Amino acid sequence: MKTEHRKNYIKGLKDGIPIFLGYFAVSLTLGIHLQEYGLTPLQGVLASLTNHTSAGELIGFQTIAADSGYWVLILAEIVANARYLLMSFALSQKLAPKTPVWQRLLMGHGITDEIFSISVSVPGRLDPFYTYGAVTAALPGWTGGTFIGAILGNVLPLRFVSALSVGLYGMFIAAFIPPIRKDRVMAGLIAVCFLLSYLFHRLPAFDFIDDGLKIIILTVVIASAAALLFPRKEAQSDEA
Amino acid sequence: MKHNVYVYIFICMALVTYLIRILPLTLIRREIKNRFFRSFLYYVPYVTLAVMTFPAILDATQSPVSAALALVVACVAAFFGRGLFTVALSGCLTVFVSELVLDYLIK
Repeated sequence: MKTEHRKNYIKGLKDGIPIFLGYFAVSLTLGIHLQEYGLTPLQGVLASLTNHTSAGELIGFQTIAADSGYWVLILAEIVANARYLLMSFALSQKLAPKTPVWQRLLMGHGITDEIFSISVSVPGRLDPFYTYGAVTAALPGWTGGTFIGAILGNVLPLRFVSALSVGLYGMFIAAFIPPIRKDRVMAGLIAVCFLLSYLFHRLPAFDFIDDGLKIIILTVVIASAAALLFPRKEAQSDEA
Repeated sequence: MKHNVYVYIFICMALVTYLIRILPLTLIRREIKNRFFRSFLYYVPYVTLAVMTFPAILDATQSPVSAALALVVACVAAFFGRGLFTVALSGCLTVFVSELVLDYLIK
């Protein structure tokens, strides 16, 4: 491994520690409920290792428990995970254009809300090794939490799980708050996001829309409006 | 069960999710020049993370009060340039402490 790659890998590993803790807490709760869905701890572990996503796995387990058709589950997964498509788009512009395909294929499995959040926040171009480092920390947390949750059941103190769960949101906050210091447009944008998201999620009129779909609709609508009203100058876009 | 659990897990879940993750990343190998699209992609991460955080964070803990406090503390910490770990930890600690206090007040 080249020195620079090694440095970035270690940086990713370090930044992945809070993700490890947060994932452990969340997947613990996922694991605790495995039995209700008629799944064994091993099946839960295999699902967490290969899926590496919370919403997608939860919907998956519910669909398995309902014994719905394969196509139903495929559609549910597309809806639950479509935001990864947008993230993958954004990361495609963050990588150096000559990044080889095998690295893109390897990195892809690491795209989760949290790993995306830290990967897209590195200054300049993204070195895939940074993302590998983060995955090295995060995936064992996610998979291990599922396993421990499945075998321990409900013995863990709720207060502890409660405190850890909020850590994941802390990581999102660390990504979207810093730009508002220097940029009024960003400050207004985040305020609009909070307001519209609150209304969209809490008004009963929108209850018929799936939560995963709500995130996509809000993202596409708000980001398009911002791009139309406040297009970035080239220099500004490059630091994204 | 009529269906095979492993077909569910590996094909319907894992494969579909993986394809969604890698398609843009592998197919779009060059820089997009269009200014609107570049701006759109610039805003996407911030917007998506913000709408995922709020109001969902309010339901993540045992009490919306502890979560709201954590949101404020984490935002302040991030605003003043604290790193990822500090921001996440400040949120966790706020929840832990405020839920202890809340429990004490209620009991």
